[in-house]
Amino acid sequence: MKTNLQTREATLPERAEGTRDRRIVAPRADIHENGDVITLWADMPGVDEAHVNITLDKDVLTIQGTSVEDELTNHAVSYREYAERDFRRSFSLSSEIDRTKISATVRDGVLKLVLPKSEPAKARRIEVKAG
Amino acid sequence: MFWEDVSGQGRMWAPWQDLERLQDELNRVFTGLREPSAPSFPAVNIWTNQEGAVVRAEVPGIDATKIDISVMGNAVTINGRRDAAELKQGETYHRRERVCGLFTRTVEVPFRVDPKKVSAEYKRGVLSIMLPRAEEEMPKKINVRAS
Repeated sequence: MKTNLQTREATLPERAEGTRDRRIVAPRADIHENGDVITLWADMPGVDEAHVNITLDKDVLTIQGTSVEDELTNHAVSYREYAERDFRRSFSLSSEIDRTKISATVRDGVLKLVLPKSEPAKARRIEVKAG
Repeated sequence: MFWEDVSGQGRMWAPWQDLERLQDELNRVFTGLREPSAPSFPAVNIWTNQEGAVVRAEVPGIDATKIDISVMGNAVTINGRRDAAELKQGETYHRRERVCGLFTRTVEVPFRVDPKKVSAEYKRGVLSIMLPRAEEEMPKKINVRAS
């Protein structure tokens, strides 16, 4: 039995390692649904629109981002809690998402994905007439 | 929980659901490393040189005008809030993992800061606070004379 969430986390066939010495982490995400649209927000601090990559392979949607920290000239890092890293996470989409209408924006280090449902998946109101 | 309430039909023993959930959890654990929680929010990096420091904090998706920065001596405090999206009627959350609510963080730099010269910028979800060192604490060069 599977849960009835429309956006489930996908299980990647293998854990691929990056070639560069950076950590790959799954960004924290909020997923929110109203009747027609599923919206996903993922926290990717340090990522701008040029460093984000979204792919859809069959039912698996993968979001990927590379965080960049600008080097400061004549400064040295004296204390560090975070480092440049790659964000990556995959979700499997249910058939009701319209693949052609997925849109994405990046603002202030947050990736926002809008996943509209295709027409037949939208709830239809069926009128009941008195017989 | 080993007991599932099935549509008012009383309680049914459903251990397989828990096993499947466990399997899902394990899959998720081995799929990739989750972004670890920072010891405190927001995570900061501090860059320094002789003239000052730059404190950088990862605070994605907030309104930069609502960030409150205060400086006292050698301590810098960042106050702010991150709002979660308000749910309207008929809307539901599938996942809520992002940090939200009020946050405050105080960090110390190794010297006193001139509060009048502090500036800040917000870019790509990262807040940078430029903290010039107080004039009277600037290092003085001492010449060594050969006798």
